[in-house]
Amino acid sequence: MRWVEYATFLAVVLALARPAGLYLARVCLRERTVLDPVMGPLERGFYRLLGVQSEQEMGAGLYTLCFLLFGAGCMLALSGLLLFQRSLPGGPADAWLTTPMTPDLAANTAVSFATGTTWQAYAGESTLRYLLQVIGLVAQNFMAGAAGLAAGFAFIRGISRDRCTTIGNFWVDLIRSVLFVLLPLALIGGLFLMWQGVPLNLARYTQAHTLEGHAQTIAQGPVAALEFIKNLGTNGGGFFNANGAHPYANPTPLTNFAGLLAIAVLPASLMVTFGHIVGRPAAGWTLLAVMVALFSIGLAVCDRAESPAPMITGQRLAGGNLEGKEVRFGVGGSVLTAMVTSNTATGSYNSMYDSYRSLGVLATLVPMLMGEVVFGGLGTGVFNIVAAALVGVFIGGLMIGRTPEYLGKKITAAEIRWVALYTLLTPKVILPLTAIAVATSAGRAGLVTHSGPRGFTEILFAFASSMANNGQSMAGLDANSAFYNIATILAMMAGRFGLTALSLALAGRFAAQTRRPITAGSFPCDTPTFGLIVFATILLVGAVCFLPALTLGPILEFFQH
Amino acid sequence: MSKVSNSGESAKPAAGLASVVIGQLRPAILSVLALSLLTGIAFPLTLWVVGRPLFPRQAGGSLIVSGGTVIGSELIGQQFTHPEYFHSRPSAAGAGYDGTASGGTNLGPNDRKLTEGAPGFLGIRQLAEEYRRDNGLAPEVPIPVDAVTRSASGLDPHISPQNAALQVPRVARARGLSQAAVRHLVESYTSAPQLGFLGSRRVSVLELNMALDRASRPSRGQAGH
Repeated sequence: MRWVEYATFLAVVLALARPAGLYLARVCLRERTVLDPVMGPLERGFYRLLGVQSEQEMGAGLYTLCFLLFGAGCMLALSGLLLFQRSLPGGPADAWLTTPMTPDLAANTAVSFATGTTWQAYAGESTLRYLLQVIGLVAQNFMAGAAGLAAGFAFIRGISRDRCTTIGNFWVDLIRSVLFVLLPLALIGGLFLMWQGVPLNLARYTQAHTLEGHAQTIAQGPVAALEFIKNLGTNGGGFFNANGAHPYANPTPLTNFAGLLAIAVLPASLMVTFGHIVGRPAAGWTLLAVMVALFSIGLAVCDRAESPAPMITGQRLAGGNLEGKEVRFGVGGSVLTAMVTSNTATGSYNSMYDSYRSLGVLATLVPMLMGEVVFGGLGTGVFNIVAAALVGVFIGGLMIGRTPEYLGKKITAAEIRWVALYTLLTPKVILPLTAIAVATSAGRAGLVTHSGPRGFTEILFAFASSMANNGQSMAGLDANSAFYNIATILAMMAGRFGLTALSLALAGRFAAQTRRPITAGSFPCDTPTFGLIVFATILLVGAVCFLPALTLGPILEFFQH
Repeated sequence: MSKVSNSGESAKPAAGLASVVIGQLRPAILSVLALSLLTGIAFPLTLWVVGRPLFPRQAGGSLIVSGGTVIGSELIGQQFTHPEYFHSRPSAAGAGYDGTASGGTNLGPNDRKLTEGAPGFLGIRQLAEEYRRDNGLAPEVPIPVDAVTRSASGLDPHISPQNAALQVPRVARARGLSQAAVRHLVESYTSAPQLGFLGSRRVSVLELNMALDRASRPSRGQAGH
């Protein structure tokens, strides 16, 4: 049964990739869509309000600047709201909000949502006002998702162009991503979740009198407004502490499956968009095939790790490792979700990774360390896989002694420098931050649940998740301290703004290049051999950067038990 | 796409940067404000206006009300300790099924604390021993793992059908019902995987226990309220 669920998931994603990808291409290229009659006037109204000349495009530098300014605006707006959230009217009553909104927690949360990471150092039901969750967090989920998609569009355009100084207009891409992609889907998805049982209210926490006569208080809230867009925008931060495991956030296996599709379909279909816009559909499908292969390996490892029951000498247990997992999802729905969220920069876990076995943790950690090349974040995932492809092309070109080129673009020393910076930024951020955390008492103070290799893994996981703008955590780590709030801010900023700036710079260089015709002598980029090169490159680069760290964490733990 | 013009990219970056930034401040500020209004206020309001009339019960949290008192929510698990009720899974939410403190143990099968327990914390071993004692199970009977592990949310409303089956004799005895009658009730509160392949077969504990109360008052007579 588990394998039916896994296979169905991949089949649906692949089946939707083409129609969704071609639709996204229309949004990217400003062609007519079915939503034009509704959204067209709204779109033009936005341009008038913002004072944007929508026909005027930007070079890579200006595009990046706008991306940064918008991110800064989001952070300022959200930190302001967070610091004054207690003044917002409505529930939950102050008595339930036991976690103080310290300046460092506010800054962390603001950066976290504005970067699409949605790392949460707090528990929603004991920290935030309902109105903050909606006006602040729901809006940020849309905006961060749309900004990521915009950057992905610009990157694709850059590669597709021929001697052009511009890669698009950020404000146009941003507005179109919200109006033509996220908003309509989030409305349909939100209603679907409500049908399945996700609440939408501003009621007081329910005082229930249980069947056995005890008092039970049940947190409520406008949950349905957040829970679909958090997945669609590949953000992932949940309304409640238990995120996608909470029965109000994710009440049925069907809501879970729909959430997984909301996460994965758009990033996967962007490979079709990519292939379509650069005029080589097969190149897009080749990269998608690499993704599916990597995804399936991780899924198989995680499934195998979590399938056996915990071993207790003298006790016979039957079933899988259900510690930290919900019965309605079972091992299958939990493991599939873990692999989807780990691979897509979406932290909406529905099971607790700290309760996984070492190899299960490894399977969820490695995709984040490899830079979310499988599907990846909405829009930003395109950078990751293309950067991997470029490294592959470069290594392949060196091996056969031919000038490396990809899709008619030459990879010269200048381009490979950007690619190398891009590839190395992830380890350069994650590893030093992990080392500092391990070496300082402020960092080790977070280890309230585990020490030894599992404790090390928790810290590595936290920085990998922040850098990948993923946001999922091993919750045994107590991350609400000034140290982790500030250290994860650094990683989240580098992961969002550093990687996007490098990618857009590269896109600008490609746009300016002559687009060389594809000839018999061109480097083929849509063959199984090429797919294999990209696949091997990703694993090799990942292993070179992170094998030592992984050895100290999950691998050591595996050999200890 | 062919008629693209180049707006920015000032030739003198040092002097130009400040004016370029200022030129983009209006769209930067207004886009954050306008998109916040659209997606943070208009969007949830639309969902509210359309969704609440369609799904009023779900919107309110799927609460179960009996005689004016809220018993709980269909979706949120409750703690049960009396023998005449089916027991939920152990819970790490607060003191157990605390609806304001969702969460798990964050301990895994490699943790001795989880497997063997610690002061103030029942390990899987103790939970298994208790479960065998409560349900009169021989050592060779395997225990369904959900009965001795804590869920991710701490609010899991379900148990596995295997877990329910092992509790049937105890519940039937405590209520003076036949095992067949109790088993029949369990059947009717068991959900199949959605669409035939999504998720696991599961029993909704609170709803099952309410149905039991409707079928028979507990023979001890002091459960409920």
